[in-house]
Amino acid sequence: MLGTYYTFPELLIWIPFITGLIAIFIKNEKSVKMFALLSSIATLVVSVISLCYTDVAAHPEFFYYNNVSYVWMPYIGSSFSVGLDGMGFLLTFLTAFSYPLIFAATYKSEYKNANAFFALMLLTQAGIMGVFVATDALLFYFFWELALIPIYFLCSRWGGEKRIAATFKFFVYTFLGSLLMLVGIIFVYVHTAPVTPDSAHSFSINAFYNAALSSGQQDWLFWLFFIAFAVKIPIFPFHTWQPDVYEQSNYPSVMVLSGLMVKMGAFGVIRWILPIFPAAVAKYEHLVMALCIIGLIYASCIALYQNDLKRFVAWSSIAHLGLMSAAIFAANELSLQGVMLEMLNHGINILALWIVVDIIEKKTGVRKISQLSGLAGKSPALAIFLVIIAFANIALPLSNSFVSEFLMLNGLFDFNIWFAVFGTIGIILSAVYMLSMVQRTFFGKANVVAEQAKKMSAGQGIVLFALVVAILFLGIYPEPVIHLTQSTVTDILSKMSLK
Amino acid sequence: MDHIMNAIIITALWGVIMMFGGVFFKKSTTPKFWAIAGIIIVLLANLFEFFGHPFFNVDTKGMLKFDSFGLHFNTIAFICTLLFFLLNGKDFEKIGMHVSEYFALMFFVLCGLSILSSFNTLLLLFLGIEILSIPLYILTGSDKRNLKGNEAALKYLLMGAFSTGILLMGIALIYGGNTLGSFYIDAINLGTGNLPVLIAGGLVLILVGISFKVSAAPFHFWAPDVYDGAPAVVSSFMMTIVKIAAFVAFFRLFQTSFGAMQHQWQMLIVVITAATLLIGNITAVFQKSVKRMLAYSSISHAGFMMFTLFALNDTAKEGLLLYAAAYSIATIGIFAVIIKMSDYSIEGFNGLGKKQPLLALTAVIFLLSLTGIPLTAGFTAKFYVLMAAVKDGHQLWLVVLAVICAAIGAVYYFKVIQAIYFKDPVPGVNDEINVSSSFKFLLVVTAALIILLGFLPGLLIDWIYY
Repeated sequence: MLGTYYTFPELLIWIPFITGLIAIFIKNEKSVKMFALLSSIATLVVSVISLCYTDVAAHPEFFYYNNVSYVWMPYIGSSFSVGLDGMGFLLTFLTAFSYPLIFAATYKSEYKNANAFFALMLLTQAGIMGVFVATDALLFYFFWELALIPIYFLCSRWGGEKRIAATFKFFVYTFLGSLLMLVGIIFVYVHTAPVTPDSAHSFSINAFYNAALSSGQQDWLFWLFFIAFAVKIPIFPFHTWQPDVYEQSNYPSVMVLSGLMVKMGAFGVIRWILPIFPAAVAKYEHLVMALCIIGLIYASCIALYQNDLKRFVAWSSIAHLGLMSAAIFAANELSLQGVMLEMLNHGINILALWIVVDIIEKKTGVRKISQLSGLAGKSPALAIFLVIIAFANIALPLSNSFVSEFLMLNGLFDFNIWFAVFGTIGIILSAVYMLSMVQRTFFGKANVVAEQAKKMSAGQGIVLFALVVAILFLGIYPEPVIHLTQSTVTDILSKMSLK
Repeated sequence: MDHIMNAIIITALWGVIMMFGGVFFKKSTTPKFWAIAGIIIVLLANLFEFFGHPFFNVDTKGMLKFDSFGLHFNTIAFICTLLFFLLNGKDFEKIGMHVSEYFALMFFVLCGLSILSSFNTLLLLFLGIEILSIPLYILTGSDKRNLKGNEAALKYLLMGAFSTGILLMGIALIYGGNTLGSFYIDAINLGTGNLPVLIAGGLVLILVGISFKVSAAPFHFWAPDVYDGAPAVVSSFMMTIVKIAAFVAFFRLFQTSFGAMQHQWQMLIVVITAATLLIGNITAVFQKSVKRMLAYSSISHAGFMMFTLFALNDTAKEGLLLYAAAYSIATIGIFAVIIKMSDYSIEGFNGLGKKQPLLALTAVIFLLSLTGIPLTAGFTAKFYVLMAAVKDGHQLWLVVLAVICAAIGAVYYFKVIQAIYFKDPVPGVNDEINVSSSFKFLLVVTAALIILLGFLPGLLIDWIYY
């Protein structure tokens, strides 16, 4: 079974799904933690093997066209089809890579009903994996929603005082967005040609790419899909749920939300909007990019004045994603290649940032920037890690984001110089807020809070070290990622120009 | 086919048996077992008929027509009834002493239901609706000492009589305007251009009359009070099996008689659908009692089922059956949980996850299904009716409105989910919830059905084409 190309995408879904169901029945907190960690490592191993096994350049035809497909609902032309292309490989790897780190970094955290917590975490992972591998529109929608339900329960059950209302806002936003997308999916489906004789239409991704849609139809279909993805990313002005949810939720859920679920939105735009509605993209890209850039500047300015570390990270994340979304809609080879890299880099950086914030809160009991000062003296190791992570966030050369943001800005420049100018201003602002945060919390005179700080655990140290290595490695040698995603980028661009 | 739907005869007979049996049954639990036996016999008879081996044949001169759609719908309705009897059979004792008679009345309702799924003349449509409604007037007021129940029964009787009058007037107009002079629904002469005045008038009156029965806005005013006032067991039955029966009759009549002239009256359905969705969903958000909230949510589900009448294509047919099953099973399930409680308010659900983990889990599955989350039957059902509407191709804004309303639906269903899992129990409220392990087992079976239909809707739909 294992060893043929076809089994990987399935395994990536079924391992977390099945272990997630099993985890519910493990009542002992310690064993369920270990079980979840082992399960996520198993997924990572499968993901790594799948990467080794596939020579993307040698077999470009593997993508989309050679996926696994089971009969599911033949009477409406939907099948359980999963497959991996370069972007899929990248994002499933990011998911598989993040999960063990999340579990390891928060290994010491204690939860009520730990079995439910870890079960939901693993089910979320299954949902996210499903989104990245699905090559059937209905299946994609299934996984899209299935990722949402467990994360809703996670954020509502474990977290701050106002978590229930905050998470619920998030849920209603995303649910409305995905239902609109469902209408869009059904409409495109009705305009597809049959693939099998059983049904008059088909949900398969190729049928969707070949759907006969007039530009008038694309105009409003674009928005139905776009809102769903814009809420997830989030693109200004659909971002209002995000700071509250990030502030109120528990750390592991926030890491999943900001590191991985955000990518679902970006992934959705690249796979389901650009190639299917190119006419509408050409029509609305300026508007959407303007929104993204406004979001970038606006969120950066707000991040400057945030006192709560969690809200600070939330706003800085909105800012980075603004630039990324703008680059997606610029839709040229440079910008899309930059986006591919940035999806991985943003996942790594924000995960590292959350882990640092988590450590600070665990060590000192506070996460208000104004109450923290001079932590560096107490924990020099953490300070070094944070500085590197901060540099990665402001895209300094040698850090991973430098490559990706350089490519994205290059792409934006090709598209329209003004977007590139404002994008660069955003990066400058990110340097300002990042460095000022580092300065205010870690340097300066140590105060009472810093004096009482506890030591960082070994597990957290190892995780941060791994992430910092990844940051530097990708900053110096991003070639493997570019090699991996090259075919996806050219494929998307050729599909856009064909229509 | 020349044989009569066996279910019509057996349900009527069994109703009589239950009624007279009340005199002989000594223990109060006996009627429950008789009722379950009865519904199993009806179900078996229906299945035998479905596969071409009816127990007995009667010539109906074409006044009843038995197609796989009707028989299949009956199977769904009887399975739902069986589930309902199994889950709630005990709770009939809460209403009053005459348990056997309550069951008898329900069998008469089922008789009306069987007629509604097979009628071929307007007269039998009328008969079916009456046979369905009259036992319900009695059942609504069956808790004699309850003032609210009495009010509900009176309201239901008056409103019901009123709407039946309108329906009858419509039937008369159709008959009068029909140049072929027949009551048969497949022999109504619609003409070629605009509909003749008498037919159009009759159509509108029939539409209004049946809209009353399915509680579609703006003819829904009786529904919240009746569903809220009636004993919980009865409202569970009324909101599910009775409502879907009225919908099947609605669909059957409009597809057979007026389908050819759909474009002339489609706008009426559009208005009714939009109003039903908006009123049902928005009002439900503000309810404090879960029972009343479900009453409004049943109006909103009626709005979704109206889509099948809007589209009238094959997908709509499949969607109607799927929606009927998904909605009924989930509502019966959530009501089974509610009935075990003494306080129906949303706060009454606080901390249910801690007090009764299994009840809480199944209740959440039912609520997720009603919301329409994937992997539950509620999603596939909504998906099918929306697909039917999109395939129709007209008025796509209505579909967008529907999904916005579905998102509003999430607001009130998730209020209950939040209470169940994320809030602490209120002391003194619903402290003692006693459920047997067989009840728990049945709840799990019901929830499993929901999930099964959630990813394999073909299990249900394929039989239409048998």
